[in-house]
Amino acid sequence: MRTRSQKIVAAVLIWCVLLSMPLWINQVGGYTQLGTRVLVMALAAMALNFLLGFTGVLSFGHAAYFGLGVYGTGLIIKYVVSSTFAGMAVGVLTAVVAAAMIGYLIVHLRGIYFAMVTIAFGQVFYFIAYRWNGVTGGDDGLSGWNRLPIDFGVGRLDILHSPVTFYYFVLFFFAVGVGLMAMLLRSPFGRTLLAIRENERRTRFLGVVVERHIWLSWVISCTFVGLAGALYALLNNFADPHDLRWDQSGEFVIMAVLGGMRSFWGPLVGAAIFVVLQDYVSTMTENWMSFIGMFFVLVVLFFPRGVLGVFRRRIAT
Amino acid sequence: MSLLEVGNVTKRFGSLVAVDDVSMTVEPGELRAVIGPNGAGKTTFFNLISGFTTPDSGSIVFGGEDITRLLPARRVWRGMVRTFQITEVFPELTVYENLQISVEIASGFGLRIRLKAGDVAKVRARTAELLDMGGLGPKAHRLVGELSHGDQRATEIMMALAMRPRLLLLDEPTAGMGEQETYDTTLLIRKLHRDQKLSIVLIEHDMRVVFHLADRIMVLAEGKTLAEGTPKEIAADETVQAAYLGKALA
Repeated sequence: MRTRSQKIVAAVLIWCVLLSMPLWINQVGGYTQLGTRVLVMALAAMALNFLLGFTGVLSFGHAAYFGLGVYGTGLIIKYVVSSTFAGMAVGVLTAVVAAAMIGYLIVHLRGIYFAMVTIAFGQVFYFIAYRWNGVTGGDDGLSGWNRLPIDFGVGRLDILHSPVTFYYFVLFFFAVGVGLMAMLLRSPFGRTLLAIRENERRTRFLGVVVERHIWLSWVISCTFVGLAGALYALLNNFADPHDLRWDQSGEFVIMAVLGGMRSFWGPLVGAAIFVVLQDYVSTMTENWMSFIGMFFVLVVLFFPRGVLGVFRRRIAT
Repeated sequence: MSLLEVGNVTKRFGSLVAVDDVSMTVEPGELRAVIGPNGAGKTTFFNLISGFTTPDSGSIVFGGEDITRLLPARRVWRGMVRTFQITEVFPELTVYENLQISVEIASGFGLRIRLKAGDVAKVRARTAELLDMGGLGPKAHRLVGELSHGDQRATEIMMALAMRPRLLLLDEPTAGMGEQETYDTTLLIRKLHRDQKLSIVLIEHDMRVVFHLADRIMVLAEGKTLAEGTPKEIAADETVQAAYLGKALA
């Protein structure tokens, strides 16, 4: 168990790194958009981990809600109203509504059955995006739109032309999402989720209607995955049907497991490793995924608690 | 009024009649033991009472209310809490967290995002009280999964007690324990029964535990009630000796 002060030091360190990233990322061979991508993927992986690591429920279909965030945002900005916030709001809301309804149907399933059904529902959305050429652009994706500068009346936030401004725009939403999840996990509600992860039968026999808690955890998780999707759409100025596909769901799971799903910040580390490795290796070879795969296998074999799990044990002993 | 009235319950699994027309009455403050050889239907009987399975026929009345088909979670809120043969705790959390979570759930805070300072203090006080009652104070900040079997069992019993049960159901509380642990667990159960006036039904294999603790004993064999009475009456009962005790004590 880590002590409270160690946790605070870790959090301060992480926020310092994230806040200063645009200052040094170019010096270490990266670029601002890469940092933004890490943030977006980290938010998605941490949201997935809210369900996986802190409720004990494995979803293999989170790309569906990520993708609904992506397409919701893109479709609104392209066809309805030229407003970044309106796009985001509709994107997140679409993900939440879909998650609430689908969650209601599947919360009584457990383990591999739950994972399989989440994939199946995810693929439904993928095929809609893939086939509905007229609206979604089909296999070519949804292009011909872009994020828009935000006017506050007193000032203007040019997130379109300044990558650094957009980075901090994303970091703001990342902080809100991560902060809310941390707050929830430290509440009696969050501790009840931990109890379900630890021992569902005991929790049920303490009088908890376990399904209701799992449904809430699922909807919360999908909400922040949807937010990550909305931000991802703005980052790329594009919606890709692959954002909805099952292998994208798998990538979120890999990020969470890679970083360490028992720790709150683990998926951030996992996402950083994944995105950076993907960026570097894909410039050298088409088969970048097999390198990620090998790295993943090594981590799972030798550090079953993920990269951060190693540090936690070091600190504990 | 009796606390628990089980009336003629029967449960079949295919052609096997696991529990066959069994009745039992438990009075408030009573410690009742259910014994019997392996496969006698003890655990099924227990599962029927706690709502893990529902009977094919018969009725279960708890505190004057028919609960035969009530979900387990709802039985808990009516004051019926159980432990399991294989200890069910939260292994990767500390003893303190195990009890804290149980107290929070018992207080109806399971869906709360924030607690008032007064409620936090109440949870803390009740958790400390349970730690003390279970003799777990010195181990409060150890992970439950690292503790001895006896301490894990004590944690589980205290988690059940957090619900302030009117009836505590213990499924083989000393299963798989050594001499010392069995003794400690027996003492703990007796203390709860005497000091807290807690009504308890327990299933047990270990004869010494049963004769030591129980006010009344019910003997099951092949799904049927073989005998019922005080420990003295049961020890003197010839059919019980023939069917069970003779073998067990031999």
